[in-house]
This record gives sequence, structure tokens and C-alpha cells, in this order.
Amino acid sequence: MEDIQEGKDIKATTTPDIASEEMVLNLGPQHPATHGVLKLVLKLDGETVTKCTPYIGYLHRGMEKLSEHRTYFQIIPLTDRLDYISAMSNNTGYCIAVEKLFGIEAPERAQFIRTIAAEMSRILSHLLWLGTHALDIGAMTVFLYCFREREKFLDLFERLCGARLTVSYLRIGGVRNDTEQKWLEDLYDLTEEFPARIAQYETLIDQNRIWLQRTKGIGVISAEDAINMGLSGPVLRGSGVAYDIRKFMPYAAYDKVQWEVPIGKNGDVYDRYRVRMEELRQSNSIIRQCIEKIPAGAIMADAPKFVLPSKDDVLTDIEHLIHHFVLITKGTQAAPEGEVYVATEAPKGELGFYIVSNGEGKPYRLRIRTPSFVHISALPKLCEGALLADVVANIGSIDIVLGECDR
Amino acid sequence: MLPQIFFAYFAVVITVLSILVITRKNPVHSVIWMLVLFVHIAALYIFLNAEFLAAIQIIVYAGAILVLFLFVIMLLNLKKEEQERKFHGYWPLGVLAGTFFIVFFILILSKISVFPKLGPYSIQAIQSEGSIMTIGKVLYTDYILPFEIASIVLLVAIIGAVVLAKKRIE
Amino acid sequence: MDIPDIAITLLKVVITVNVVLLHVAYAVWCERKVIGHMQARLGPMVVGPHGLLQPIADFVKLFFKEDVIPTNADKPVFFIAPVIGVIAALSSLAVIPLWENFSIANLNIGILYILALSSVGAYGIILAGWASNSKYAFLGGLRSSAQVISYEIAMGLSLVGVMMLAGSANLSDIVNAQAKYPFILVQPIAFFVFLMSVIAETNRPPFDLPEAEAELVAGYFSEYSGMRFGLFFMAEYAAMFVMSAMVVVCFLGGWNGPEFWIFSHVPKIVWFLLKVYGLMFLYFWLRATLPRYRYDQLMGIGWKIFIPLALANIVITGIIKLL
Repeated sequence: MEDIQEGKDIKATTTPDIASEEMVLNLGPQHPATHGVLKLVLKLDGETVTKCTPYIGYLHRGMEKLSEHRTYFQIIPLTDRLDYISAMSNNTGYCIAVEKLFGIEAPERAQFIRTIAAEMSRILSHLLWLGTHALDIGAMTVFLYCFREREKFLDLFERLCGARLTVSYLRIGGVRNDTEQKWLEDLYDLTEEFPARIAQYETLIDQNRIWLQRTKGIGVISAEDAINMGLSGPVLRGSGVAYDIRKFMPYAAYDKVQWEVPIGKNGDVYDRYRVRMEELRQSNSIIRQCIEKIPAGAIMADAPKFVLPSKDDVLTDIEHLIHHFVLITKGTQAAPEGEVYVATEAPKGELGFYIVSNGEGKPYRLRIRTPSFVHISALPKLCEGALLADVVANIGSIDIVLGECDR
Repeated sequence: MLPQIFFAYFAVVITVLSILVITRKNPVHSVIWMLVLFVHIAALYIFLNAEFLAAIQIIVYAGAILVLFLFVIMLLNLKKEEQERKFHGYWPLGVLAGTFFIVFFILILSKISVFPKLGPYSIQAIQSEGSIMTIGKVLYTDYILPFEIASIVLLVAIIGAVVLAKKRIE
Repeated sequence: MDIPDIAITLLKVVITVNVVLLHVAYAVWCERKVIGHMQARLGPMVVGPHGLLQPIADFVKLFFKEDVIPTNADKPVFFIAPVIGVIAALSSLAVIPLWENFSIANLNIGILYILALSSVGAYGIILAGWASNSKYAFLGGLRSSAQVISYEIAMGLSLVGVMMLAGSANLSDIVNAQAKYPFILVQPIAFFVFLMSVIAETNRPPFDLPEAEAELVAGYFSEYSGMRFGLFFMAEYAAMFVMSAMVVVCFLGGWNGPEFWIFSHVPKIVWFLLKVYGLMFLYFWLRATLPRYRYDQLMGIGWKIFIPLALANIVITGIIKLL
């Protein structure tokens, strides 16, 4: 029976007149385990993958080009649709990049709210990842448990900004609206029970013999390879590199809270799993600290040239109405010329926005460096020589979202 | 009367199935006919009160050997296989061998009387002990030597398979 | 065999098949309920009270769905593949003794009959995989053929110990031999190996590789739709029932129940069914709990652990019997 996996060697020993062909398998773009519309063309020798070629672009919406025709405000909803699992993180990354270009800074309360929202979206993203990854490996119950908790976080998002998925909550220079104290308290209550829930997921799979066999030693990336391939986020940390942009180049309120960067040792699927599980705990703790420390104050920067006036003013005062109209229709007229790159730690890795401005109300060029795009390029290396079932485990472990990869 | 009808049915069907097995262009279809054939042969064993043999016929031939056949055949490129002509070049040899066997069997059958002297294993004897026990007793007493030789041959085959597999891994 | 005999046998067939098909339909409902509650949700709730009519609704839906046949599929084989599975599973029922002196055919080779039919049932899966003209189905079929051959050996070998203890391959005799104590107490290794092999043989999680949805979409029945798909479903659950019944008969004492107090007045079939339900629950429980094995790991367990264990069990049983 082992012949199936050792097909390669059979070919070498059988007589040359028996032609042996490799089977080409199209995994995707419609496939339950490719997390969207990823297409992998696999060459199979028995069940062993000899060649793996990713084909991307099925979800290309031309976001970067679209952005050149939109004012800076109008790009925020586009960023929601990058990694649609963690819209808050994308909003954060984009807004911080534009703020850096404009030379403004959001007030402290807004920074804390951003941190809370970004960490919530990290939890949401990791929960979805855990559920689907476990489902790919065959443990279906984890999936539904994860969705139970996701629901609670999404409800809080809905209460915060009215949307669950495409939130568009952040604004350049702050956030759209302030939070209620009740909201913060409810979130705090949720963070209190959440570590027990993480432990519950772990009881299902963490020590499970089958889970360990399916993940340990599978899809190993050495630290050196990970850096050379440009991997980032939990995938990089799973290989043992303690690089986290939140620690190295703190933005928002990350320098005001205490937390640790979990790292793995072997760089296999299991270590990446462990890193993300630990990050769930760290995110939870960051949210708690933020709620404890959140100051009172404004939520939008005082920079009228760049920041929209508040809705109350617009509805009562003609000057503000005109100002609002100009900012919305033409975009800000005070954008400095220049280039700026800002990287943030999105749940999936380094999310970078590179903006070239020629002083107009729209970016001259916007380039988005998305972690999924880079991570997909690591798939051939991970999958070649592995078995078909490992391909699915690998896709799950690098946690890709095709909306972000194809942009 | 009923047994004769049943036997006639099985005899005819087995012959037809055998022809179907060797004339199908698609090897997978051949295998399916062979599966049906094995089931019919097993039924013949049941007629002979050899339930054990019937079950073994299905388990070993249908359950293991034929599955392995299918396993190998499925990996072949059948599209190419179907276009090729069957029995190319070898048919005179086949006819020769076939004629030889027919003559051979006729010679043997002519020596066997239709109502031979019954041995100790009558239907009643088998039914009182069960066919498994009867076969077991015979195998381990009267036919111990051929049985052991067969086991050693099988053991050699197993070791051979292991050696071949090991070589591949290295 | 005269006319009354045939009539009685036919009646028995009707009873058994009906009982089992009803169980099959409601096993699906039970599975969805059990797994639903294990996963913090409710399972079917809409059709009938607590979704009790769901199996009927499912059946009607499957029956009237369009039957899609892929281009270049081998039509005759594509048609008969699901039928083989169902026939093999349902004819296995013939020898299962549901209670004392009730089995359609009391064969002397009952165990072998079941083993033989379960190996024939695999043809349904293999041929379905081949005939669909789809690579996913094909890979599922290949996996299945390898899996079935490997686990059949472990399954057969683990039953040898039972046959040695009972001194018969007749299922009723085996149950009668367990009148004092069930064989699970004296054959724990064989019980374990047989139970695991049975799960692998019926392609249930964690050994559901031929239909591993993550890799192979739906495996061998990827291309099947409508009632043909329903037949595969039926075959799977009927096989689960048959195999659970086999575990009950061979290791858990069959229809025997405790013989004291009011328990001795309970009809025998209740004990039998209760044990079968317990095993069916185990199937569902495993599905809700465990991840899926990888193909090579499955083969490794079969050949390197289960078969040697079963062989060792035969030797140990033999030695003990001699002493």
C-alpha cells in the first residue's frame, strides 16, 4: 500500500517501456479548503505532490488603481475589502499611513479605541483561521466553537459602528464615533471569559494524537527561509523570529500596554498553530489593558484641513457644511507632496501601505503590501514533496485571504 | 428438479461471464464481470455444501485479489488501452493451448465415474461438524505436508515483497 | 424448503429490512442532532417537532433532484456503483441475529459471510471513484481500495480469537457462548482492533479518507447527485448499523442482557438495539471530536499496529485455550 506514496521510486525501478505519467490536479479555485479562490495546480505522483503552482488573481478588483481615482476618505471602504476578516486592522494600517503623510496624529482616546478594535479584529481573524484550519484537518467541532465566540465579538462591532464585516470605522485623524462606557464594560466582560474559551478549543485539539501527527513536522520553514521569503506575522514568528511590528515600531497605543511576542521553535504547522493560539491570549490581554487605561478626550484630530468636521456642526453651520462638501468632493487640498510607507501588524502579517502623493486630494499611487500575497509565494516550497493532505494543512497554516492577495 | 435448474443456470452464466471477462475492451468492465463470475462460483460451492470455501472464494478473490487488480488497472491509461486491438498476435498460441486443455480435461473426465464411491466426508458428516472444522481437521492431519509447503511458499513471497519494498525505500 | 418456510423467511426479510432502513433514516437524524448539540447548536429543528420529519424531507428532496451524470463518465459502472454498496450492506443483515433464534439465515459461516460482503461493498466505492471521470473521485476510490484491503485483514484476524472462544463461526452460537459474560472481557485487544477496523471499513471519521472533504471535496461521490448520492448515504449508514451489530454480536454479548430483577423481563431485542445505539453514538461522537488521519498514517496504523496486535491476540488466545 505504501506504493502510493513511494510512487517516485517505483518509476525508477520499473522497466522503461511502461510509461508513467504524473497526475495533474486542479485544486481550486472552487474547492472547500483553499480559503477563497486560490487555485493550486498540483502535479501528483500517487499522493505525493511533486510540483505545486499557485495561480492567483481570481479576486482581483483593481484596488490600487481604483484608489488613484478616489479621495483619501473614499479609500477607507476599499481597505475593508482587502482582508475582509480583519477590516479594522486594514483601516488602522491605512489611516496611520495617511496620517503620517499628512503629518497629523489621532488623539489618544482614538489611539486606544483603534488598538482595541484592531486587537478584536485579530481575535476574529485568528478564530476564523483556527476554525477553518481545524476543519481542513478534519476536526469540525472547533469550527463551530470558534464561530460561537466570533459572534459575540461581531455583535460588539455592530454595536460600535453598525457593521460587522466591512466596518469602515476608522477615519483619517481618529475614529468615526466614540464608544459608550457600556460597550467597553461589555467587552471587558467578554475578555474575562474568553481565555477559558481558548482553553476549551485547546482541549479539543492541542494534545490530540491525530492533530499532533497531522501538524508536527509538516510544512517546516526555517527562520532563515522565512526571512528570505519575506514572510511576516505569525508565520514568521512560528519559525522562531521574534519580529512583531507592534513591538518594533509601535503605533496606536501598543507602546502603552504590556504584552509578549509568542514565538515557535520548529517552524512547522503546529508551531504556527501554537503562536496564533498564544496571540489570542495576548490580544485578549491587550484589549483588557486598553479598556483599563483608556483616557477621556476627543476622538478626532484637530486638523481642519484634513479632518472632516463633526456631523453636528455640518448640520447646523453653513461654513462647516461648505468645508465638509469641499473635503468630500475634492479631497483635502493641503496634502503634502512626497512618499510614505507605513507597515502595521495585521493579523496575517505585515500590512504595508505605500502612498505617493503629488499634493492632490487623491493619492498619485497607492501600493498595498499584503501578507497573504507574500505567503502564497511560500506555498510551493511548503507543499512540494508533501502529501495531498499536507497541502491543505499548509494552506491553512499560512492563513491566507484571497481578497487581500489579489486586491 | 430444482437443483438441476439452478446448476444449469450457474453453469451457463459462468461460461457466459468467462467469455465476457476476456472479450471486454475496457479492463475495468472485465473486472466487474469477473466479480460477478466469482460470486457465481461461490454459489456453486454452496451447492456442494462447501460454505466455507464459498466465503473464502469471495473474501480472498473478490475482496483482495480482484481489488488489487482494479487498483492497478485504474492507474492505467485506459483510453489508450481501449483503442488497441485485443488478442493481437497471440491468438494461434491461445487456440493451441485451449485445444490442448480441452482434450486434457475430456481425457480426465472420461476416467471419472459419475457415481464414485463416497469418501468419509458425506454431507451429513460435514453438516454435523461444520465445514470449517472438517477442513481444518483434514488440513492438519492428512494433508499437513502440502499445507506446510504452501505456507512456506507464501512466507517466501511475503519476505520477497518486503525485500522489494525495502529496496525501493533505500 | 417448502412454501411456509419461504413465506416465513420472506416475512423475516421484510421485518429486518424495514427495521434497519428506519434505523438508517433516523441514524442520520440522530447524527445531526448529536453532533449539533456537541457543537453548541441545535441540529435540524424546522421539519416536524425537533426536526423529526427531516429524514423524510431529505428523502423526498434527494428523490426528486436532478440526476447529473458527468460527461465521459462510464455510465453503466456509474449507475451500478451505488447499488453495489447498498446491496452489500443490506444483504449482510441476513445473518445478524437480532434476538434469540431470529436471523433470516442462520449460516454456519456467519462471520465469514459478513466479511465477504463488506469486501464486496468496497467495490461500490472504488467503481464510483473510477467511473465518475473526476480526479477527486478517482483519488477517493484509490484510497478506499487500499484502505479496505488493509483493514479487512485486521478485522478478520481480530475475529479469529472470538471464533476460537466460541468454537464456531455461527453468529447465534457466538452469542450463546457469551451467555455468562461478553467476550469484550476476555478479548479486549481484539475488541479494540475490531472496533477501529470497523470504523475504517465504514469510512467514518477519523478514517474517512475516501471522502475527506478538505482534500478531495467529497471523495468518491463528488460527482453523484440526487438519489444515487442518497444510495451511498444509505449504504454508509446501513454498513454502520451492520458493523455495530457485528461488534455487539461478537464482543458485547448480542441480545443477552442482565438477568436479575425487572431486567430479565425486558425483551431481548431491546438489549441488542441498546448496544447497537451505543456504538452508533460512538460513531457520531468520534466524528464530532477527532481530526482526520492522513493517508499514510492510516496505512501505518493498519499494518504496523492493528494487524500485529490482532496476530498477537490469536497467539495469546490459543495459548490460553491450550492451558
